[in-house]
Amino acid sequence: MEPILDIRHVTKRYSNHTAVNDVSITVPKQSIYGLLGPNGAGKTSLIRIINQITAPDSGEILFNGEKLNPKHVESIGYLPEERGLYKKMPVGEQAMYLARLKGLSKADAKARLKYWFEKFEMQTWWSKKIDELSKGMQQKVQFIVTVLHEPKLLILDEPFSGFDPINAQLIRNEILELRKKGSTIIFSTHNMGSVEELCDHIALINKSQKILDGSVKEIRRSHKNNIYRITFKGNMMGFTNAIWDGAKLLESGKIEDEKDMYWALIKIVDGVKTSRLLQELLPLIEIVSFNEVIPSMNDIFISHVNHQNNVAGTQSNFTE
Amino acid sequence: MGKIGLIIQREIMAKLRSKTFIIMTFLAPVLVAGFFGVVIWMSMTDKADQDILVIDETQFFKDKLSGNDYITFSFTSKDLEKSLDGFYASDKTCLLYIPHNLLEGAGGAVKIFYKKAPGFAVQTDIRNQVEKILYEHKLRANNIDPQIIHNAKQSVKLITEKVNEKGEHAEQSTGFISIFGFLSGAVMFMFILLYGMMVFRSVMEEKTNRIVEIIVSSVKPFQLMLGKIIGIAILGIGQFITMGVLTAVLSTVLSSALLGDVKKDLAKFQQQQDLVYKNGTNVDLEKFDKMQDKLEVFEMIKQAGNINYLEIAICFLLFFLGGYLFYSSILAAIGSAVDAEADAQQFMMPIMMPLIVGYIISARMMTNPEGSMAFWGSIIPFTSPIVMMARLPFGVPTHQIVISITLLFASFIGTTWLAGKIYRTGILMYGKKVSWRELSKWLFYK
Repeated sequence: MEPILDIRHVTKRYSNHTAVNDVSITVPKQSIYGLLGPNGAGKTSLIRIINQITAPDSGEILFNGEKLNPKHVESIGYLPEERGLYKKMPVGEQAMYLARLKGLSKADAKARLKYWFEKFEMQTWWSKKIDELSKGMQQKVQFIVTVLHEPKLLILDEPFSGFDPINAQLIRNEILELRKKGSTIIFSTHNMGSVEELCDHIALINKSQKILDGSVKEIRRSHKNNIYRITFKGNMMGFTNAIWDGAKLLESGKIEDEKDMYWALIKIVDGVKTSRLLQELLPLIEIVSFNEVIPSMNDIFISHVNHQNNVAGTQSNFTE
Repeated sequence: MGKIGLIIQREIMAKLRSKTFIIMTFLAPVLVAGFFGVVIWMSMTDKADQDILVIDETQFFKDKLSGNDYITFSFTSKDLEKSLDGFYASDKTCLLYIPHNLLEGAGGAVKIFYKKAPGFAVQTDIRNQVEKILYEHKLRANNIDPQIIHNAKQSVKLITEKVNEKGEHAEQSTGFISIFGFLSGAVMFMFILLYGMMVFRSVMEEKTNRIVEIIVSSVKPFQLMLGKIIGIAILGIGQFITMGVLTAVLSTVLSSALLGDVKKDLAKFQQQQDLVYKNGTNVDLEKFDKMQDKLEVFEMIKQAGNINYLEIAICFLLFFLGGYLFYSSILAAIGSAVDAEADAQQFMMPIMMPLIVGYIISARMMTNPEGSMAFWGSIIPFTSPIVMMARLPFGVPTHQIVISITLLFASFIGTTWLAGKIYRTGILMYGKKVSWRELSKWLFYK
């Protein structure tokens, strides 16, 4: 299937630094795509280029196979990290204005707003001014105006920052619903928990370069490094005696509140089978659980970023 | 145009929703007309009745001091001490004390004791009368008939006429014209600043509200800026016309109510002047003397009638539009670059300077309306809207107006283009202290 967004070798320079350096990303249709990276890595710069707020110095972007052009803004919904609304403007009027800027007709905008206002039970807010609403209420309005024009591509920059847990849950559900209806969602974040929960694909950006991308499952699988976690009954002495040069004890500890129960992390040397390890262990201890450790996105993120930073060495760390 | 239209509409609605804006639109004309009304009214009714008791130790002024419609003199033979004793309880408002040595030229001071402060007009009247009586007395003492002196004096009126390129000439006294010119320059200064700052605030509001990034993901930053500037321009012109019409109506009503008599007097005054033209000074001006007091008012009314208001109104609108567009685009750029109004100080000064210079040139023009400073000031776009307004009432050749307007609008296109480049970077830049150097870099971003 044709990707909804194909970013090819995009570079954006500012006078004293390069914000995006030769980044290529392919976002499949109907996916939830995580754009990860530490602060100042260039995520927001890239997102602004996709939104055509700024133009890249080189490279090109295809939207649904077409070269990105101004008419595409109507197919994109954007919730920036720095967001807000007109404080003195009534909610309804404001939502109508923003919807019409996205190309909706007056009647369409009104009908859709009615739907959303009913859905979120906020019909009475229509003629209230934004600064009369609570923060949580404002966030709902903010979300509605982002998705009102039913964008094919929804770009959310740190969507959960600043949202209270109830609204965050609400938005999480809406994101999944929108995906079901055919939208593609890009979200930029450094909240790794939400990445594992929601994203199918990710791209990791650090120091303005893409250092990793692919499907979340693939990445995690490829980052496995033969580490297993074992919980067992017996004594630690016996366990360490069983370890031979085909495996290496990384860490171990006692499990509290349980008599003679321990845990250990074992790394098996490449080519050695797990059955061999078990064979060695079984005579000496009683195994309670045995499972492979799959690295979390958080671990992968940290190790990749640290790795690149160490390689880059003396290069100064830029913050936006 | 569709999206710009939406932006323009929102900008106008946002202002119209503000109560202060609406109130100011209607209050300002009332205040302006009211202010002039009060000034005129005060100048006419300054004269509260004064009942003055004169203690004349010289015994010379009796029957020579003459009262008028609001000053009454009465004389007493009591001395100062006694008169002062009974003064407060009496119905007299002032005591005029003329000391016995006044005729001898010593001291020369006359005193007024008062309960109710005598106005400036009353004081002047009394001093003039006393001086005149002394003057004539001294002439007589030297055997000179005051009448001879009086007839020998001839007042000369200086008439200034402007000659144009066709050799036509017309009377043009410049007193009122220069005041009018200066005032319309000042109003222009105020309006450009007022609406320019409105653009500045509106840009900054969107930035600090953090809504701007949402909007520029739907429209181009340049469209947003342009929509804002145009919206406020429409608002400004609408407000100006409303205010202008209201002020005109109110002033007409007020002036016809207050100046009715003066207009009648003006007709008489013109008769008199015609007589002077025809017969030289061989006219008994005595009976017109009273009218001489109002000479200045007459002159003003005459000059006010000579001004081409339609031309000025049209030019005002054009120059306002040009000047506003010119400055507001610069102010929009600055509004986009800063996070708080306080940070804008360093940028405001260089922008205010040319406006203030224009204001100063137009103030100086009251004494030197045809200088080269006035000419260049009215051509160069930075100052032209203000200086040209001040020059216009003196009569400016049409081609100069055309050149000035053309230059102004051409530079507006230039400044808007530059401002747009700064604006689109500035609105997305937070928490950064911006310098002129930084701004100039933004011009080259893609």
